[in-house]
Amino acid sequence: MLMPRYLRNLIIALVVIGVLYGLDFVFQGRMMNPYFSRILMLSGIAITLAVSLNLINGFTGQFSIGHAGFMAVGAYSSAYFSVSYGASLAETLGGGTLGWAVALGAATLIGAVAAGLAGLVVGVPSLRLKGDYLAIVTLGFGQIIVVFLNNIEAVGGARGYSGIPIVKSFFWIFLIAIVTIVVVYNIVNSAFGRALISIREDELAAEAMGVNTTRYKVMAFVISSAMAGAGGVLLAHFDGYLNPKSFEFIKSFEILIMIILGGLGSIVGSILGAILLTVLPEALRGFAQYRMVIYSLLLIILMITRPQGLLGKTEAFKGWRARRRAKTRTETEEITAEDTRDQESVEKATLGERQSETSLGEEKPR
Amino acid sequence: MSTFLQQLINGVSLGAIYSLIALGYTMVYGVLKLINFAHGDVYMVGAFMGYYLANGLGVRGAQALGMSADGLLARGLLGSGAMEPSLITALAVMLLAMAICAALGVIIERFAYRPVRKYSRLTALITAIGVSLLLENGGQVVFGADPKFFPELFKKRNIELFGGASINSADIIVLVIALALMIGLQLVVFRTKTGRAMRAVSFNLQSAKLMGINTDRIIAFTFALGSALAAAAGVLVAIRIPRIDPLMGILVGLKAFVAAVLGGIGNIPGAMLGGLLIGVTETMVVGYLSPTYKDAVAFAILILILLFRPSGLLGSVSQEKV
Amino acid sequence: MKRILLSLLITVSLLTAFACQPGGSGVGDKVRVGVFMSLTGSTANFGISSVNGIKMAADEVNTAGGINGKQVELLVQDDRSDASEAATIVTKFVTQDQVHAILGEVASSRSIAAAPIAQNAKIPMLTPSSTNPEVTMKGDFIFRSCFIDPVQGAAIAQFAARTLGAKRAAIMVDRKNDYSTGLEKVINEVFTRMGGQIVATQSFQEGDQDFNAQLTSLKGSSPEVIFVPGYYNDVGLIAKQARDRGITVPLIGGDGWDSAQLYAIGGSALNGSYFTNHYSPYDTDPKVQKFVNDYKGRYNTVPDALAATAYDAAHIMFDAIKRANSLDGTAIRNALAATNGFPGVTGAVTFNENRDAVKPIVMIEIKDGGTYAVRERVQVDGAAMPMASSSASPAASTSVSPTAASTPAAATPAAGVKASPSPTRSATP
Repeated sequence: MLMPRYLRNLIIALVVIGVLYGLDFVFQGRMMNPYFSRILMLSGIAITLAVSLNLINGFTGQFSIGHAGFMAVGAYSSAYFSVSYGASLAETLGGGTLGWAVALGAATLIGAVAAGLAGLVVGVPSLRLKGDYLAIVTLGFGQIIVVFLNNIEAVGGARGYSGIPIVKSFFWIFLIAIVTIVVVYNIVNSAFGRALISIREDELAAEAMGVNTTRYKVMAFVISSAMAGAGGVLLAHFDGYLNPKSFEFIKSFEILIMIILGGLGSIVGSILGAILLTVLPEALRGFAQYRMVIYSLLLIILMITRPQGLLGKTEAFKGWRARRRAKTRTETEEITAEDTRDQESVEKATLGERQSETSLGEEKPR
Repeated sequence: MSTFLQQLINGVSLGAIYSLIALGYTMVYGVLKLINFAHGDVYMVGAFMGYYLANGLGVRGAQALGMSADGLLARGLLGSGAMEPSLITALAVMLLAMAICAALGVIIERFAYRPVRKYSRLTALITAIGVSLLLENGGQVVFGADPKFFPELFKKRNIELFGGASINSADIIVLVIALALMIGLQLVVFRTKTGRAMRAVSFNLQSAKLMGINTDRIIAFTFALGSALAAAAGVLVAIRIPRIDPLMGILVGLKAFVAAVLGGIGNIPGAMLGGLLIGVTETMVVGYLSPTYKDAVAFAILILILLFRPSGLLGSVSQEKV
Repeated sequence: MKRILLSLLITVSLLTAFACQPGGSGVGDKVRVGVFMSLTGSTANFGISSVNGIKMAADEVNTAGGINGKQVELLVQDDRSDASEAATIVTKFVTQDQVHAILGEVASSRSIAAAPIAQNAKIPMLTPSSTNPEVTMKGDFIFRSCFIDPVQGAAIAQFAARTLGAKRAAIMVDRKNDYSTGLEKVINEVFTRMGGQIVATQSFQEGDQDFNAQLTSLKGSSPEVIFVPGYYNDVGLIAKQARDRGITVPLIGGDGWDSAQLYAIGGSALNGSYFTNHYSPYDTDPKVQKFVNDYKGRYNTVPDALAATAYDAAHIMFDAIKRANSLDGTAIRNALAATNGFPGVTGAVTFNENRDAVKPIVMIEIKDGGTYAVRERVQVDGAAMPMASSSASPAASTSVSPTAASTPAAATPAAGVKASPSPTRSATP
């Protein structure tokens, strides 16, 4: 198992791309029920959105409830690009798969950058503040974006924006989802991520330790917004139709409940939450009218009984990593290593829980 | 000039609504440091309670007079003479709605906020959002999603002023009641024993507990008072603008919150001032710039105030906070 | 770890449960009609009215023995006033439920999002009340049984200019609402062309409660009429506050005004105002009266235009299925296209080459006490007015994932509003 790290990562990346591409054929070839594949792809988009929101809400502890606004920025900017330039760009590049891949890549990039910039504009003033104000400012931002979109004739205003190239690509959707997961995972497990977590645990202490909290918060916020923008890009090209109404507060709330359900600060939790909240309503179609009532009740009950979410801060990857490390350390002591790993993970889990308990249970300042 | 005067009047009467809702917001925040997102929705419930109460009274009166419910619906329940619309009726409806919402506030506090009080403020905030959404969506199921039309509880008059401007009598009543409630609230907080306890809880929950204050009771009282204020606002606003629906509290609630922050959150006269300022600014933007960005005004103000004077206009002396 | 496994288990079991839903049980002896409407969310009241109308129509057909001996089964789904949700539901209709026909939506935005899916699956879809011209451009399986915005807008502007002889008009438009902005555009265009002048445009957003600032500004420009292309719940308040501000000129609007509750809120402030509508519940036509009475008996309220158009749409669809004598999508589509003079409560319906209904518009005057007087009947040739270019861009397909691109039917640039002297330019078919 001695292989340079980059080579191993490259191989993994290639395998993932290959598998996704293969699956794409399955889905395009109508081997799968279109309804089922639609739900699957919507789950993929939801994963991108949830994991990106978790970076700011779960790992940095800043409460943003305007995720739909950033999504909208990404969706509309990329849609505008695709409609105005995307097709011609693809044509110039030969019009084949490659041409479209480039055009879509460019659209994704544009959507992400635009949303990131919006995140910067919102984040710089509001993240300097402490407390709950970010929640209100992001909520207000979400409202303002909708107001603006309703008034921009170039993207259809209130009539909605149609004629966007439709790309129901399993490959594209899950590639972005996986990239988002990997980016967030790597951030969280880096020095940057530890700085973010320190801000979540105790902002004052973090500052005292020399962490430039505002800068880190803004960076995390911008990255999170950019990824939300990428999620918006996927959505824009999914049905080929956008309407400002789709990006109102309720959308932000749905993403929020995904990550809270899964556990603030757990990537696996966000993924599960995203899938659950996309699939569950389909399974319970008969109760559609009561869906939001059930969600809000669920949220309250969850906050009372288990404020850290279903998974809390546990990560599946963590256990996997620990096992790998144990394996490489001593091949011979595999059995004992396995045992200690188990204990370790149990310990870690309880410790994590205890930590989360203290952090969430801290008394109010003042 | 007369247009400007009229716009100013429009602004003040719109601002009075924001003030009225902001009062409850600011009080709960002052005591608990919790943005009670559900406040706007309690306001909505208050309006609906007023609606059902008024209709309940009206329908019974109508049946006594031998009129069909159908004919009433077309004509407006109280307006058709089933029950004499008067200030007394309005007051009775308002007080009953206030009582119901006070109970609702206590229930919300007991079953949603109290259990999470031991956790972080973030948990409390999420719970508040959950309660808010529960009321909105539950409202859609229970009251129905379609807007309802609030009966005219008392005859509204248009009062002509100098220079061609005019003001509706309902606007004056809203403004006067908002002022009265502000003064009353100020008296409760600063002149009564309970008020002193509220201030103590606000200052430090733990110490207050050590001093023998029943903090749970004080907090419950704060919620009851805040929710009653929201209900009063709901009924008054519904009298002035007679269309109510389960989602009516969202935007107004948010703007009222901004008003509370503008005035200095936790500061009672500040909420009044903030509400009026936001109402006038919004109206002026609509009247002289563009109505399109009306809803953006409040949030732009919020960002500016948070950047340059986070404690709000009147919130400089922290001891004055409730 | 245990927790993760547990959650995974739940997810997987849910996924299987949902994958194993009874799909394709459409073999039975029933006509399956999918209905997607907004039963919750911002336009819930419109969706509910429409579903009421459709259910009534289905029950009528079923008690009369069904369609060619087969009972109608309605599959009603709530899209929560959300476009993406509407698309998901229609995907489910055409794959899982295998419906034979689709009815929906009220709002154009949701019909536009769902139409390409019905089109691809070759299942006919009929929208009772989406008035944006773009809806039926999504393909030849998409039909509409009401008039479109340009036609209605032209009728409104023409009425103000010709019948009322107004020269100066103001507009109050709901910027958040595609229906309202669509109408505003046409009204502005036609009214100006007919020699009128739009002296002021003010906007609001659905759900706004206070319109005093806008109205005060409008008053300054002294209009002779005010166009308010909005929904009834806003219109009532606007009328009331306008009268409070001393504005006495008539307000004119479109079918969004129609509701039993319009007068409950606006009251006498609405007297002497006008709106275009699909029908009048006070029409003495026995067919209309039977519908109104049946509806009242069933739901205890006066049917609004949405209930009436949805009721008609359902009957038009059932009639087409009957004539097709088959449950094949293409056969039903062809029968639907051949609909000629179907006698609905909202007038006789024929589809033109764009699959838009050709039927009369009624201009209603609101009288004291909230009753309607039909002021004018306008026969409309449904074809679309030349709309903004934005509407006709075909959905591009990509090679990354090919989707059948639909070629939108060419919009015929002709607005025929055949009433008194034709208001528009020459082009009438």
